Amino acid sequence: MLGAVAAQGVVALCMAWPGTLTAQEGPGLGVELTVEQIAAWDINVAPDGAGLPPGSGNARQGAEVFAVKCIACHSTDGEGGLNDPLVGGHGSLNGPEPLRTVGSYWPYAPTVFDYIRRAMPYALPQSLTDDETYALTAYVLQLNGIIGEDDVMDAASLPLVEMPNRDGFILAWPPTEER
Amino acid sequence: MTEPRFLSPQPEQVAGNGLLHRRAFLTTSAALTGAAGLGFMTARPAAAQAPLEVPEWMKVPGAPMSGYGAPSRHEEQVQRRFSSSPGTVGSGVSRTPLEHLEGIITPSGLHFERHHNGIPGIDPDRHRLLIHGLVARPLMFDLESLSRYPLVSRIQFLECSGNGRANDAPEPPQVAVSEIHGLVSCSDWTGVPLSVLLDEAGVEPEARWIVAEGADSAAMTRSVPMAKALDDAIIALYQNGERLRPDNGYPMRLFLPGYEGNMSIKWLRRIEVTAAPMMTREETSKYTDLLPDGRALQFTFQMGVKSVITSPSGGLEMQDPGLYQISGIAWSGAGRIRRVEVSADGGQSWAEAALTDPVLPLSLTRFRMPWRWDGGPAVLQSRATDESGAVQPTRTALHAELGTNFNYHHNAIQSWLVSAAGTVSNVYA
Repeated sequence: MLGAVAAQGVVALCMAWPGTLTAQEGPGLGVELTVEQIAAWDINVAPDGAGLPPGSGNARQGAEVFAVKCIACHSTDGEGGLNDPLVGGHGSLNGPEPLRTVGSYWPYAPTVFDYIRRAMPYALPQSLTDDETYALTAYVLQLNGIIGEDDVMDAASLPLVEMPNRDGFILAWPPTEER
Repeated sequence: MTEPRFLSPQPEQVAGNGLLHRRAFLTTSAALTGAAGLGFMTARPAAAQAPLEVPEWMKVPGAPMSGYGAPSRHEEQVQRRFSSSPGTVGSGVSRTPLEHLEGIITPSGLHFERHHNGIPGIDPDRHRLLIHGLVARPLMFDLESLSRYPLVSRIQFLECSGNGRANDAPEPPQVAVSEIHGLVSCSDWTGVPLSVLLDEAGVEPEARWIVAEGADSAAMTRSVPMAKALDDAIIALYQNGERLRPDNGYPMRLFLPGYEGNMSIKWLRRIEVTAAPMMTREETSKYTDLLPDGRALQFTFQMGVKSVITSPSGGLEMQDPGLYQISGIAWSGAGRIRRVEVSADGGQSWAEAALTDPVLPLSLTRFRMPWRWDGGPAVLQSRATDESGAVQPTRTALHAELGTNFNYHHNAIQSWLVSAAGTVSNVYA
């Protein structure tokens, strides 16, 4: 059964990209895993929210976490200190000194969750709970005036947040002739 | 490579301000072994006065062997220059000291670095590579098993997409060439074709992207088109013949020839096969190229055609007027370098430089050009053309197209001013 599925995949691959597959064959040493085994490593969150975990938080809760774990680098209210500002820059992108922040530049709200969960706080990454991550995401969005103080962010609501610069990007891939 | 010798007694000037035919050096070396010198050379250095002495290192036994060799202690000035983000030690860049190097291979310890939260201390026995998502079989590999797969080796460059951005500043920064262009390096990379592993996992028909993730503290993540993953992507295990250095992804990294450096995810631990890009922080809020109208180009993967003269270059000093060899590097994410032209008069006239074999696709190519410096001011430039026909733009043309806030993929022509005093400085010409 598994073999049949695999064969279909390979056939489709050859049809989609003729000539790019190498003729080389591997010794087949990959160890097959189940979805359950992979879960702890599978932290990608897609722009449509796929991959967002259970949990929730709002900006009030996020402000409390921020004051303890984020303020040293991002300063009060996310204005930026040692490191990147998280707020401001609205209307600056076509000016002489563009300020690229979550509010002025980031196109997708779920990406904020993804990035905080995988990489923040800088000195202690992957230490936040999912509730804390939702709360911090809500706080950063609220500081930028994108959501309200009491709006709860979770797997259902976060993908619905409309980011101001959502349409600010021109895709350079795939090349025009391949679209 | 056999080239016909240049037979004229006087090297032919091929462009303004003293550029000589690219084969002139062959003549020079031939001439110097014979009786005839080059007419334009200035007086030879004053004759030595004292009798020659036998140096003391010939009179004692030399040093013993060592387990792992190191550069001469007289070369300690050859260092990467690095800077970290405020409040961190591991986030930032170190730059390859191009002004000290020749040829095309970057010594592994001098390969540029760009880390987003330091270098992880990975135990290779515990490191795993996971391939999952839109595949028939999610698979996990360890280093030992990957080492049994078919390996391929290629000499290819890697360049940070932010390389060269220092020259976006209104005034030309007066720094060494490495401080402006040192985020490019070139190595002999050996690894397993990613296509072999994807084939084993069984990619589903709707798959169009892979999302690669590192095992560093930033869990650095980029989406890569499936077409690239199946074309020439490798899981690199070796760099210049030895296992990857920790600062280049030990024990395994993704390597995407010709693509902007940050996509070649170091310390690779996971590949998710997907139908669409993940729109990660690194490919939306960073590594996107802001245009003057406030919109930004996204997924500008391929590095443009570029060259830079590394000798003479910023901060170096000329000796007496006379014959010099201009030397530099050229590269393109589109393939081979077809041609490098050099100017000594700020772009008024150009002549073709000699490309040093090997001229490989997606590799650094070394170019050289004889130059008779007459002691007057000169503006040296190089301009590369790749096999796709793309020509390296001037800074003015690049800024006219993209503005000055695009931040990435700055591939403009570099200009070095050689003053009458022999100093070399960065100019916008």
